[in-house]
Amino acid sequence: MSLKIIVLAKQVPDTRNVGKDAMKEDGTVNRAALPAIFNPEDLNALEQALRLKDAFPGTTVTVLTMGPGRAAEIIREGLYRGADGGYLLTDRAFAGADTLATSYALATAVKKIKDYDIIIGGRQAIDGDTAQVGPQVAEKLGLPQITYAEEILNVDEKSRHITVKRHIDGGVETVEGPMPIVITVNGSAAPCRPRNAKFVMKYKRALGAQEKAAAPACHPDQAPLAFPELYEKHPYLNIQEWSVADVNGDLNQCGLSGSPTKVKSIENIVFQAKESKTLTGSDQDVEGLIVELLANHTIG
Amino acid sequence: MNNVFVYCELEGTTVADVSLELLTKGRKLANQLNCSLEAIVAGTGLDGIEKQVMPYGVDKLHVFDAEGLFPYTSMPHASILINLFKEEKPQICLMGATVIGRDLGPRVSSALTSGLTADCTSLEIGSHEDKKVGKTYENLLYQIRPAFGGNIVATIVNPEHRPQMATVREGVMKKEICDENYKGEVVKHDVAKYVPGTDFVVKVIDRHVEKAKHNLKGAAIVVAGGYGMGSKEGFDKLFELAKELHAEVGASRAAVDAGFCDHDRQIGQTGLTVHPKLYIACGISGQIQHIAGMQDAGIIISINNDENAPINKIADYVINGTVEEVIPKMIKYYKKNTK
Repeated sequence: MSLKIIVLAKQVPDTRNVGKDAMKEDGTVNRAALPAIFNPEDLNALEQALRLKDAFPGTTVTVLTMGPGRAAEIIREGLYRGADGGYLLTDRAFAGADTLATSYALATAVKKIKDYDIIIGGRQAIDGDTAQVGPQVAEKLGLPQITYAEEILNVDEKSRHITVKRHIDGGVETVEGPMPIVITVNGSAAPCRPRNAKFVMKYKRALGAQEKAAAPACHPDQAPLAFPELYEKHPYLNIQEWSVADVNGDLNQCGLSGSPTKVKSIENIVFQAKESKTLTGSDQDVEGLIVELLANHTIG
Repeated sequence: MNNVFVYCELEGTTVADVSLELLTKGRKLANQLNCSLEAIVAGTGLDGIEKQVMPYGVDKLHVFDAEGLFPYTSMPHASILINLFKEEKPQICLMGATVIGRDLGPRVSSALTSGLTADCTSLEIGSHEDKKVGKTYENLLYQIRPAFGGNIVATIVNPEHRPQMATVREGVMKKEICDENYKGEVVKHDVAKYVPGTDFVVKVIDRHVEKAKHNLKGAAIVVAGGYGMGSKEGFDKLFELAKELHAEVGASRAAVDAGFCDHDRQIGQTGLTVHPKLYIACGISGQIQHIAGMQDAGIIISINNDENAPINKIADYVINGTVEEVIPKMIKYYKKNTK
């Protein structure tokens, strides 16, 4: 049995390593100061997909992402680790999307890919932590969903059912559902395998159309499109980009206009400074504090 | 019509604490909006379930009681909410930011094309002016949450779409009984009318739920460690201090991500919210994401060798020193002065 798997992945700013220059003075986010990375839990999802590919020869893994031209990096990263191909949904009309408009766009692209058994992605992205896109894609496609997955335990060839171990509050659950199905994977699941040198050699010049038009960020030392003939000779080096029109998207459901939630206001975090007592780590100071806390019955 | 709804989560036939907390909040919102509070329970064997829910001021309880609704699976519960909301047109729907709420909420919001804000830390009612179209909306739900890794706090509104949906973590809102004898209506629905048989395709074949290993939520003293603890062994020292003080050990997200501490002890927006009388933050820098989970603590002590750590701004006591140096001294002097 071979499977057709779509991995949903997102390029995110690395909010876990926010430096002091991450916020501008006006309280907006300085995206330039944050490195763009492969959303961590999407890598866990990719690993589950690649394991199925190992177990079921002939399985194909396709990475689907949405973002600006530079998000083609996500597809390349997927190819380096063993994915077979990918699509980048990119269009100004997709910009400003909340989770619902994002799910709509991804679902239209999945419909265009048409043939799939499993759609798998990370539980949530670290720039929003909402965990909404997976279930919303499932609903848009009318598919069942299994969220918070730890591990795909089994795919039954005959019944075409998939068995998944998942985390629930205070425990674990094993559930079984029919394919096609949407699965979201936790960060505590198996980490993704590293890049494979063979695939890096094969795909290092893979580029999206926007990257080809500009000096590629991944090879800044090169002039735009150093070897144009390569891309005719090796079609797999062309990372396919899809616009709203390519996926027959309804503009009203995309981007800002397709987003029911609006950001009313954003506040940079400035804490109300409290009157605080500053102590040193000396024996005298620490003992003094303990004695004070004991005296006012905070401890003891 | 146009009321405030709360989806009540069940473990067996017990309503989850987070749902009771949201009923308390929902009651207040309903009072402000001058509408009713309605609740939904879906499960199996729910006779008498209203006794758990009514004291929180529920005007109408929608009961969906049938085989196959417990344990929870996504599609049947989603169909219940989607179809009930098409009839009832709620203005607000709240649910726990639990595994269940975060599985169910997005599916329902997608079907109804309503907005949903995850992990809110505060909910308020207010107006919103859309300057682009020159329109002012009254009585919207402000869905307030830290965003972007906790570096900003965003207020989200859904001006045009209903219901306005939000999830909230356990412990963020306070659970308070409104009236032990509150009289609300109980409506038992015919589940088959709301849930097509084809929804029951995902089956739970095995399930283990354990009581939490700790009582962080109810702890009077919390000793929490951050990335500055340096290692799992660093956390062993915290457990030692906690044992002396009869405290529980918590952790920041950075410490959990680094593998120093189990995920179930994470305090913050995407973890637990605690309300201890004493909070000792050890090697925690204090991102808003963490602060959101502990800012109500009575007394905050911050031990940090970075005197500019953000957490120091909300601390009552700041100890400028390394955790390696200060924690053993705290243990030593606590023992000495309690003998």
